[in-house]
Amino acid sequence: MPHNNTQDTLVGLFVAAGIASLFFLALQVSNLSSFTKGNTFEITARFSNSGGLKVKSAVSAAGVKIGSVKSITFDPKTYESVVKMDIDSQYKTLPDDSSASVFTAGLLGEQYVSLDGGGSDDYLKQGSKIEITNSAIILEKALGQFLFKSAEEKKSSSDDKKGKK
Amino acid sequence: MEFFRYLGASTRESFTKLGRSSYFLIETLSGISSVLMRPRLLLKQMHSVGVLSFLIITISGLFVGMVLGLQGFYILSRFGAEETLGVMVAASLVRELGPVVAALLFAGRAGSALTAEIGLMKATEQLSGMEMMAIDPIKRIISPRFLAGFLSMPLLAALFSAVGIIGGQMVGSGLLGVDDGAYWSQMNANLDFQKDIINGVIKSIVFGFVTSWIALFEGYDAIPTAEGVSRATTRTVVNSAFSILGLDFILTALMFGEN
Repeated sequence: MPHNNTQDTLVGLFVAAGIASLFFLALQVSNLSSFTKGNTFEITARFSNSGGLKVKSAVSAAGVKIGSVKSITFDPKTYESVVKMDIDSQYKTLPDDSSASVFTAGLLGEQYVSLDGGGSDDYLKQGSKIEITNSAIILEKALGQFLFKSAEEKKSSSDDKKGKK
Repeated sequence: MEFFRYLGASTRESFTKLGRSSYFLIETLSGISSVLMRPRLLLKQMHSVGVLSFLIITISGLFVGMVLGLQGFYILSRFGAEETLGVMVAASLVRELGPVVAALLFAGRAGSALTAEIGLMKATEQLSGMEMMAIDPIKRIISPRFLAGFLSMPLLAALFSAVGIIGGQMVGSGLLGVDDGAYWSQMNANLDFQKDIINGVIKSIVFGFVTSWIALFEGYDAIPTAEGVSRATTRTVVNSAFSILGLDFILTALMFGEN
């Protein structure tokens, strides 16, 4: 029956196209392909301000993504934010005196944690704590300081002028 | 008084219709096992419901994606954020437009055809003829069509979204000069498999279920005259559109309510 055969082929093509586009959505569009669960180790860093950092934000070293933020909690005793990060276990040779900073990608981009290597011979491992941290730069705070500073400078320079008279 | 009599009558009418349609649905679902024994029936319906909707879905998806690319680019470039065009196109397609527009097109293309077909079968007494031959028309006619619609809808919606994203990329990076790598990588970083893709697929499964149910029931329940069939076909398209959009709101509120 040739008619049934073409019908079979067409339905087969249709189903294949549908499933292929589902795979396309899963792999190309969403982040399923970068899902590497299990092969990670956890490190902790304490920031006095973690800014707009979110769970699943990137953790990078030298601009390369090496892990992601697992949880962010507030420590009510020290008033610090405790950020737990999962690092891909292939990067287990990071020195344990590395420093962590919260940076912003671009002016208005996402915030991420950047790890900068230190000089220690011991490496970060499961459960390590990062001692040296730099907090996020809060744009409003920085702007406020800048405005305040420039106003001060103006004031002092106009005071100088008055003093000369 | 006349008004209340009318209101009461229409309430009674809608309740009996609801009851009939629920009974119809249970019958249809219980007929599915016998469809699986005869996959040839299912394949034939997959062809008329799915394969023949393939073209309208892909072409509409392509154009919807291209329009999203254009409009998104004009707005995003005002804020200097053209790089996030991919996120905008993909998120709106995968979360909303893919399932909803594909389901609306499906209701117009396949749903109306199903209603007209079954209504005419009823008008020309083919269904009664089958019963005379001791063939259950629900098992033989309705269930395969229901299953075909139910299975085709998620595939069509996924196709719509995928083609739309490619259309957005064609316009965005081909025509307007958005960086190709940024288009894909931003999309990749900001869309979640669980939250976006799976929820979109769940939506399209629900829409496929509801649209097939409405189309088949309206056909089966149609008054067996030329006018009755034409009215049933209209009702299929109108009711499907209402239920798709209403359900979409409810599902969105449930799925994306908390971050």
